[in-house]
Amino acid sequence: MPRWGDITTLSALPKLAAKILITVLIGGFLGATLVRLAPGFGVDEEELDARLSAQSIQALRATREGDGNLCVFYFRYLSRLLRGDLGNSRTLQRPVSQLVAERLPETLKSVVLGLALGWSAGFLLAVAIVMSRAWYLDLLGSLLVGVLLCLPAAVLALLFVLAQAPARLLLGLVVFPKIFRYSRNLLARSSALPHVLTARAKGLGNMRVLIWHILPTAAPQLLALLGVTVSVAFTAAIPMEALCDLPGIGQLAWKAALGRDVALLVNLTMIVTLVTLVANSFSDIVGKTFCASKA
Amino acid sequence: MKWARTTAIVFLLAVSTACLLANFIAPASYAHQFREEPNAAPSRQHLLGTDDLGRDRFSRVLYGTRVSLLLAPAAALLCSLLAAFIGGIAGFAGGWVERCVMAGTDLFLSLPWLFLLITVRALLPLNVSPIVSVLITFAMLGCLGWAGAARIICADARTLAQSDFILLARASGSDGLRLLWRHLLPNLKPILFAQFWISVPVFILTEANLGILGLGVAEPLPSWGSLLRELEGFSSISGQVWRLVPLILFILVVSSFHLVLTKEELPI
Repeated sequence: MPRWGDITTLSALPKLAAKILITVLIGGFLGATLVRLAPGFGVDEEELDARLSAQSIQALRATREGDGNLCVFYFRYLSRLLRGDLGNSRTLQRPVSQLVAERLPETLKSVVLGLALGWSAGFLLAVAIVMSRAWYLDLLGSLLVGVLLCLPAAVLALLFVLAQAPARLLLGLVVFPKIFRYSRNLLARSSALPHVLTARAKGLGNMRVLIWHILPTAAPQLLALLGVTVSVAFTAAIPMEALCDLPGIGQLAWKAALGRDVALLVNLTMIVTLVTLVANSFSDIVGKTFCASKA
Repeated sequence: MKWARTTAIVFLLAVSTACLLANFIAPASYAHQFREEPNAAPSRQHLLGTDDLGRDRFSRVLYGTRVSLLLAPAAALLCSLLAAFIGGIAGFAGGWVERCVMAGTDLFLSLPWLFLLITVRALLPLNVSPIVSVLITFAMLGCLGWAGAARIICADARTLAQSDFILLARASGSDGLRLLWRHLLPNLKPILFAQFWISVPVFILTEANLGILGLGVAEPLPSWGSLLRELEGFSSISGQVWRLVPLILFILVVSSFHLVLTKEELPI
């Protein structure tokens, strides 16, 4: 039975790390390309300030000269990155690394709490519905999830502000319907398999059927969902933090977007991409290890 | 659940018709200000009252719904066509073409959706006319949302490319393009149809998110995003329940789109 320390799992790690690194580098380059080629690049509202003299405008343009050439922009960025320097935020006038260090823990805290809440509520409700086979519970769950899936995260954030509810719970509410729907469908499909029906017919208890027969069949696909929900939670963190005034990287990205802060946006996108990739790879490895152990 | 699907289709048709006839139904233009009546309660003249700037809310709901209901499907169509082109060619060609395209797709999928959107949106011109801003927003959604659908279409195209009828067509002398156009594409229609219907509510939700964050459609043109942003200044829900009408309509429209697809057509 392969375990975490097994050679097969360990030998896959460098390959996976290389894949993540290459993806992040190419992703960063594509992000920089988008930023550079987009219309409006190099235009700054500050230049429209009538109080600025011609010299001041020239000085402002000079600060952005390096960003003009995409390759120069990207290679400068990479060389600075190796020294731990992510550049300066033009709008906030502070080093990006400092801003990220201050705000990332706040977002991570919200994401972890949101995932824990969303997974617990969604998975437990799905298990309860599949095992009890109660139609009214299924109907209630489906209605609740149906409404939640139709609400943009930003509207939920506004409702949380109005209700003065703790904003951190919001991510749980965004993740919950996705977990519930996927888990319920998967568990329902697994519980209809012939070996599960045989186990039930032989008189096995609900818990035993769930733990020994239904969950092992559904587990690999459920684990794959873990990585996806990390991405969903980070995406929902933008409206949550922007509207509920939480000082995380979602709020920072929003401010950077409004201020057209190129360096900050590219850095934030790369950081979130990296976290998402690591989460996806982690769930992938856990899923594969689980499948191998089953075989 | 056939009745739910039928109800959803009828509801969507009714809402779409009302929105298309907005010029005749709406009591005023979406930008017209009744300056003496800001924040007015519902009345015979203003069915849903007026907003902070004295604009008729019912008219804005009609025009805003029209913007979203016309452009979200257009963006979904663009996205589905891109996905069909990219995924179809990758799955059909196989080998290194498929590997390269799928690596690109994976890369695109790993970029967080809203982060990517706000980055691109922020770098497009902000000082544009409302019509251009709405076109930019939905074109961006259509151009950036293809990756997930392309992956599914690629997998389907790969399976089809290895099927017996394609082998028979090849043996009968059909070339690559003819195979793709006459045999592969018609068989990809159901999956493209499903991807299209899945994308529409996703794009409506995303536009609403962008609009509430101030990165969507520019004022005074209404859209779901700008209509829902009104909730920001909503201090007492019980006092002005009519202000929740846009939100309720939004939920009904999006859930109707969810109900259009049958259980078999939906991914798990």
